[in-house]
Amino acid sequence: MLRILHQIFRTGIVTEPFKPEVEARVTLVGEGLEKEVAERFKRSLTIRFVDAGSCNGCELELVAVNNPVYDSERFGIHFAASPRYADMLLVTGPVSRNMEIALKRTYDAMPAPKLVVALGDCAFNGGVFGESYASLGSVGNVVPVDAYIHGCPPSPEEILKGIMKAVTR
Amino acid sequence: MSERSESVLKAIAAKGVVEVDGTVKGASAYRAGKEMFAHAARVMKDAGWRLVAEWAIDESAFNRGFCVFAAYCLGGEYLVIRTEIPRDEAHFQSLTRYFPAAFRFERQIRSLMGLIPTGHPDLRPWIAHEDWPEDAYPLRKDFDGTKPMGRASGEYQWIKAEGEGVFEVAVGPVHAGIIEPGHFRFQSVGENILNLETRFGYVHKGIEKRFEALGWIEAVKLSGRVSGDTTVAHSSAFCMAAETASGIKPAERASFIRAIMMERERIANHLGDIGAICNDTAFAFLHYQFSILREKVLRTNKEVFGHRLMMDSVCLGGVVRDIPVKGVDLMLEEARAIMEEFERLVRIYEDNPSLEDRLYSTGVLSPETAKAIGAVGFVARSSGQHIDVRKDSPFSPYDSHAPVVPVLSSGDVHARAWVRVEEVRESFRLMRELIAALPAGPLTAQWNPPSPGASGFSVVEGWRGEVVYWVECGPNGFINRCMIRDASSVNWLAIEQAIHGNIVPDFPLCNKSFNQSYSGHDL
Ligand code: SF4
Repeated sequence: MLRILHQIFRTGIVTEPFKPEVEARVTLVGEGLEKEVAERFKRSLTIRFVDAGSCNGCELELVAVNNPVYDSERFGIHFAASPRYADMLLVTGPVSRNMEIALKRTYDAMPAPKLVVALGDCAFNGGVFGESYASLGSVGNVVPVDAYIHGCPPSPEEILKGIMKAVTR
Repeated sequence: MSERSESVLKAIAAKGVVEVDGTVKGASAYRAGKEMFAHAARVMKDAGWRLVAEWAIDESAFNRGFCVFAAYCLGGEYLVIRTEIPRDEAHFQSLTRYFPAAFRFERQIRSLMGLIPTGHPDLRPWIAHEDWPEDAYPLRKDFDGTKPMGRASGEYQWIKAEGEGVFEVAVGPVHAGIIEPGHFRFQSVGENILNLETRFGYVHKGIEKRFEALGWIEAVKLSGRVSGDTTVAHSSAFCMAAETASGIKPAERASFIRAIMMERERIANHLGDIGAICNDTAFAFLHYQFSILREKVLRTNKEVFGHRLMMDSVCLGGVVRDIPVKGVDLMLEEARAIMEEFERLVRIYEDNPSLEDRLYSTGVLSPETAKAIGAVGFVARSSGQHIDVRKDSPFSPYDSHAPVVPVLSSGDVHARAWVRVEEVRESFRLMRELIAALPAGPLTAQWNPPSPGASGFSVVEGWRGEVVYWVECGPNGFINRCMIRDASSVNWLAIEQAIHGNIVPDFPLCNKSFNQSYSGHDL
């Protein structure tokens, strides 16, 4: 136990403020949220994540968003295990044909207003996998998307900034 | 030819003609008649060889029928048997009787190439889903992979368990956490698992077919995205297969840089996973601590190699960029600082009785089962298998800089965590050694596509284990077929075995300790 405490003190707080030079490349689509709703989401945003066919690179960086260095919780962003109480659906990958139905069902299970953010170059246009018998390409081909965050994969800081941009516009 | 290959070849030839297959480079390859495919497998099995992979190709481009391949390995030696299949007799002898790993390889061949393994006890689709159209065999040449595929009706037949109090728990494909999609179905009584059946294919993106539509250079980028967490090992393996096929040796300095990156990939993934295993026992403290270390490694990657995961760093003939002068110091300083922290954390791990309680004797994969399945990588090494490509069939620079390979035999979650603790230490040591020995010279060798009909077989030790590629050049000079076998393709079989007798709530923990790739498996 002492060792643990010691290590906690040694580590201190490692969470970093955002670096101004990092900018998320985001493509916004559609109308966006009403101002009032957006204001609320700014302080508390629950995300349901779905991997619709990614190579898992995007997941690695998304997992990192939760680590102490980026600490997404400080912005009120947290990840939920169910779409039923999610404000935002975050989707990675080109949508594989074999995930199409599962993705649609997850989307349908969410309460409105449904914010959908597509994460990574594959989610934007299929990336290296393109469109084929097995890949439907962009997430926008399957569910309505509000914002695309670019990068292969986007870095944790780009992901966080991208999510915030998607909410506040 | 080694003595052991000679003796198995003799035994196989006792039943018919076996000819050297000169078109395959990178492994000793032979052609045998259709009726000898299973016989050869039996001989290999009796002599203690492991079935590494089984795959099929459509040779229409060469005006021929199909071919089925089986690759075997013993003591680091790889041997490939090829059998031709006439177009109008689309079946081949199943090897499942001798090798459990063949179960899925052959279901996959049947689903994607439409060749029927005769004698296979389970012909349900694999990777393909039940709603694929009847005769959609994407790896066949007459299948247009660029068009969307319709949906048919159909239902997957699950294995059923019956009896009083037996119930089913179905999980996925969408999971609670930030992980890849797959479906797990448990039959259990109370909390005790009677059987686990996995079903994948959800992230099938048609990667193997896609290779056939890309040029060689673009293909490297795709290979780096077969499984994002293994981008360096996969792109290195692809490049090595292509280089072998065209008889090119990568630049020496580049092979060192590739290895340095591969060790860094191993370190980063192991650090993340050791923490994640702790997290699944609710010991969040170590999870956060290890994730800080992982983050440090990724940042150094970004500084030195220009990308946090080191994607697109490998190219045909070598590597894309050199290590900058300050990069060496950065990596050495990082290694020192991280190891210091790492050892502190490991002591906390060791001292924690509640971790011990959850990790020991949970999810045991016995050495016998690991061997029978043909498990590879750290999963195999945690279950008593002395197996590591870097040591058994070393490619440059591992031939002159061999790693010390830790092996444990308890096969439980702890063993899978602890082997990786040892591997982090060893990879840092090896990385320092490789940096110190980094030879001068060019970063790439001249790349030329292979000659039509030539193919290359390659194997590297990724962080999960053996990654296998076989690439064939078509008559037009482009890729005719690219076979990929990630470590996950065999190791996923292991988890179904390891979970027997455990309780459902321990499944996430067991699964984490294996952490196999869905994308690398589904392709
Ligand atoms: S954007 Fe890049 S990292 Fe993300 S899923 Fe696609 S290939 Fe993988």
